[in-house]
Amino acid sequence: MLPALIPAIPFLSACILMLCWKRVSRSAVTVIGCGSVGLSAIVALAVAATVVAAGKEPLVQHVWQWIQVPGFAAGIDFRMDALSVVFTLVITIVGFLIHVYATGYMHDDEDYGRFFACMNLFVGSMLVLVMADNLLLLYLGWEGVGLCSYLLIGFWYKDPENNYAARKAFLVTRVGDTAMAIALFLLFEHMGTLNIQRLLQEAPVLWAKGDPMVTLIALLLLGGAVGKSAQLPLQTWLPDAMAGPTPVSALIHAATMVTAGVYLIARMHVIFELSPAAQTATAVIGAVTLLMAGVSALVQTDIKRVLAYSTISQIGYMFLALGCGAWSAAIFHFVTHAFFKALLFMSAGAVIVALHHEQDMFKMGGLKKTLPGVFWVFLIGCASLTAIPFVTAGFYSKDQIIWLSLAAAGGHKVYWLAGVLGALLTGMYTFRMFFLVFYGEAKTAVHHIPGPVMMVPLYILAGLSTVAGFIELPHTLGHVTLFSNWLTPVLPTVQMALESTALEWLSQLISAVLALGGIWLAYVWVMKRPQGMVDFLSMPGQVWLQGFWRRGWDMDALYNALIVQPFVYLSNINRKDLIDKIYTGMAQLTEACHNAMARTQSGILRWYIMGVVLGAVAILSVLIWRLHEVS
Amino acid sequence: MNLHPTTAGLLLAGILFVLGLISVLIRRNIIFMLLSVEIMLNAAGLAFVVAASHWGQADGQVMFMFILAMAAAEVSVGLALILQLYHQLRTLDSDEASRMNG
Repeated sequence: MLPALIPAIPFLSACILMLCWKRVSRSAVTVIGCGSVGLSAIVALAVAATVVAAGKEPLVQHVWQWIQVPGFAAGIDFRMDALSVVFTLVITIVGFLIHVYATGYMHDDEDYGRFFACMNLFVGSMLVLVMADNLLLLYLGWEGVGLCSYLLIGFWYKDPENNYAARKAFLVTRVGDTAMAIALFLLFEHMGTLNIQRLLQEAPVLWAKGDPMVTLIALLLLGGAVGKSAQLPLQTWLPDAMAGPTPVSALIHAATMVTAGVYLIARMHVIFELSPAAQTATAVIGAVTLLMAGVSALVQTDIKRVLAYSTISQIGYMFLALGCGAWSAAIFHFVTHAFFKALLFMSAGAVIVALHHEQDMFKMGGLKKTLPGVFWVFLIGCASLTAIPFVTAGFYSKDQIIWLSLAAAGGHKVYWLAGVLGALLTGMYTFRMFFLVFYGEAKTAVHHIPGPVMMVPLYILAGLSTVAGFIELPHTLGHVTLFSNWLTPVLPTVQMALESTALEWLSQLISAVLALGGIWLAYVWVMKRPQGMVDFLSMPGQVWLQGFWRRGWDMDALYNALIVQPFVYLSNINRKDLIDKIYTGMAQLTEACHNAMARTQSGILRWYIMGVVLGAVAILSVLIWRLHEVS
Repeated sequence: MNLHPTTAGLLLAGILFVLGLISVLIRRNIIFMLLSVEIMLNAAGLAFVVAASHWGQADGQVMFMFILAMAAAEVSVGLALILQLYHQLRTLDSDEASRMNG
């Protein structure tokens, strides 16, 4: 099977849908839109089987010579190695489930075909991103993902708020993209190639560990990853990206877009290993982001914004793992996160549809009886996100990151502390949401029970969110390393600084206890509401602090004051275009001269005669004077 | 006063020329302007004749014949233009015919 088919099928279907979705029926759009991603998933499975059969030998396919000039060549080259296979499978399978769900969710939308065209393009771009063999093609996919996120976040374009959110997502990620483009320029200038495999092989030859240039490149790549993956300080676009339809949020958060940054860092791991400073920066950004976003998620009122902040927080875990050198742990968490976050988003979408597009959690409640199917899958998603021990996939991936953030060579006690505190916060915000939505008294009537088209993908994802964890079990619990073994040829195994079974047990115990403690706190906070807690939460400082966190630590206001306002001010000054004054000035001078000369053409005959006479006198005078001089 | 005849003739021609020029400049009636131009032409012709007699050559007198012929042609065209002007503007004031200005 040809790897190029995997992105080509969604691209083709996106083209078909864009050109003629208005002329074909809804069922045809459904078949083309979902079928293409499903077909792509089947091809991806076949390609993965080929790679497995070939003993993890990468499958490389040269499709077309894209650019060929002296000193530089870039092709449409796809490369399927262990890492690409993992990403491709998650993108196509989770993407397919989201597409199927979307046929139910978007069923009554008038722009049904446009939606699936953009979704297919989104999946196709992301597949190009993870399969590209050179950084230029990767960048093409990277920008394609950015474009599709813009198109889909602003899908309901009639509301200016949605357009604002779409522009914000586009512009904020653009900051990171620019950093990444500069990193590519620097890589090309120093290495003369953008082929990823050659870069990874030659970088350690060219640069010593800690070389300033390689640190600069790694930091710029990190900038790109931070922008796409919504990490500090470029995380502000993701909560607003909730303006898009819920399947889009699921796609952005689970399969495409935000995990691109994780992929980029994992793919360029050699560059990051050469620069300890950049690795530390990655880990610190991850640790700080996971705590800040976790705290913000605690106080949100919109169910989708809770999930958005929780994504930022979970990607923070992945960055933390990448920064500690625990490459495969980060990718493992990406996989489990894709399953349970898609599950959570889509079941939240089912709740939102059931309550007639109500997103405020305080207007929900009591849905356990009316929506039992959604209740159970949502519970499984929440359990996996909270990392409830032993039975959830999230436990195995997150526990691995928390342990490695302490025990790996790049780990540190502070990282571990951030990780376990994050586990507490995760438990609190997840189950606060859970209790608010499904318990208590019903505040909004259910008017629409989600049908099987929407529920079946949820059941499948619920299953995956549970069993996906068993492919990688810690030392203390069975020691299965299928997943990290699979990634070994591409990503180096983690260097351990600490080998202690007792300590690992302790770490697992603490994180599990804190996660369960978070659930208990959420239970007390939402369900019991003891008087002391209510009083504490309504203290003036507390109220301000909650507003501050709800607004995402006022980062939007900060950027508005620091960047947007000065820019608008400068634009206002330059509204009439200062540089243009030079050129309009020239034209105005010419016109003034013209007017002065035109005045002499008075039309009065005697003035003309006077002019002739004066001219003749002047010429004669000069002639006579010259003759005198000569003689 | 004891003037050489050539000098006297040229002085007369110069005076006539300046008189013609001044009247072209200060007159507004276009017929008088045409007359003044004729005076200037004749002043120039007189200068040719004086110069011819001074050097004893016939060229200057031939030139005067040309000037006369040209003046006749010019007057016929000029009078036709004046007639048209009068038809159009009902006046002979040259300052009234100032529509062609910048």
